[in-house]
Amino acid sequence: MFQDSDTLVEEKPRGCTRAVGMLKAVRGGKAKLRVSKDGTPEAHWVACMQAIHSASDRKAFAELFRHFAPRVKAFLVKSGADMSMAEECTQEVMAIVWRKAALFDPSRASVATWVFTIARNRKIDALRKQRRPEPEELTWGPEAEPEQADIISFQQESARLAKAVAALPEKQRVLVEQAYFGDLSHSEIADSTGLPLGTIKSRLRLALDRLRHAMT
Amino acid sequence: MTIKHHLTEPILMAYSAGTLPEAFSLVVATHLSMCEECRARAASYDAVGGAMLDGATLDMDEGALEATLALLEAPVERPIKADVPADAVFPGPLRDYVGGDLDAVQWKAVGGGVRQAILPTSKDASVRLLHIPAGMAVPDHGHRGTELTLVLQGAFRDEEDRFGPGDVEVANEDLTHTPVAEEGMDCICLAATDAPLRFSGLIPRLAQPFLRI
Repeated sequence: MFQDSDTLVEEKPRGCTRAVGMLKAVRGGKAKLRVSKDGTPEAHWVACMQAIHSASDRKAFAELFRHFAPRVKAFLVKSGADMSMAEECTQEVMAIVWRKAALFDPSRASVATWVFTIARNRKIDALRKQRRPEPEELTWGPEAEPEQADIISFQQESARLAKAVAALPEKQRVLVEQAYFGDLSHSEIADSTGLPLGTIKSRLRLALDRLRHAMT
Repeated sequence: MTIKHHLTEPILMAYSAGTLPEAFSLVVATHLSMCEECRARAASYDAVGGAMLDGATLDMDEGALEATLALLEAPVERPIKADVPADAVFPGPLRDYVGGDLDAVQWKAVGGGVRQAILPTSKDASVRLLHIPAGMAVPDHGHRGTELTLVLQGAFRDEEDRFGPGDVEVANEDLTHTPVAEEGMDCICLAATDAPLRFSGLIPRLAQPFLRI
């Protein structure tokens, strides 16, 4: 099963502005940043995605594969897949990365986030045997090519978020990881760790507050 | 559309983590199709998931890359996209489950002029469309688990507040309310609950005549 009901209900959005701050949309306005330095790993993965999309570049794909496939496999095993299923699903996830390369928008998601969403959907399909309803694509009129400045500022935001996640205190990081990678409700995490449910909820909240704070 | 009532943080996080039952995910996906704000918040949770991916690694099998490249040779079935009716009432994810728009719903009367249609999802929770005639009160009902109610058309009021198109009410077992559909327009909602469906006798039926569970 999933979250116990009180966990889901408890936190009403407190004037939603607070939540949006975590990774603000960086399109337009003063958020535009000048190109400072290039060659960040994220810029490299974005270049690989573009090479796959525009030139069916197998070398770029091999690079992405070597980096992301072992991470996706670990994610699937932590989520309850056995080794052979995780191996098979990871190959399918990476094949989808290739096929859907055209849909990747570097001004809206990092490559890691995009790979995560594909892996998550495969997990729901293969492990939980459920469909995954996805929101409708919003149509904003003709889709313009994302601005380079947007892409770069988004990459900087992603890098900050990754740093903030890495800097979380161990206890909080473990809980965030369990919330994402496990298939346990908060009360099941309470059972398996022996921690009171209240402690788990407050640690998760602390972790998320810390991430938001790092992004503002 | 001015949406006042949004999804809670834990629900958005669970949707992003992929741990919600399908019935709840359908309500979330439908709300996100109507609400830019929650969509941005959901994207933030996806970003956290992406950042978490950069933790552990597990070696792939020998020859995994070649096997994956071989997968790319296989022909791909392209899903056929149905045309979106210009005046669609239901957002895309809901149309997928109904098999069409409002006019395709197979309603069943549940008493008091209220009609419902249960949509097919996994069994760990259930989701239904409700059609409540304008001005009609839905009998008092408690919730045995979590209930998410999203308004698609019209509006209802209960002891808590008013809920209009796009608004979502998140209720648990503490809330006993009497929703009343506003005058003027019939109210259509999408409601998911993880209460176990019990058919064990007369009393639960009498206790929840409205939902017939």
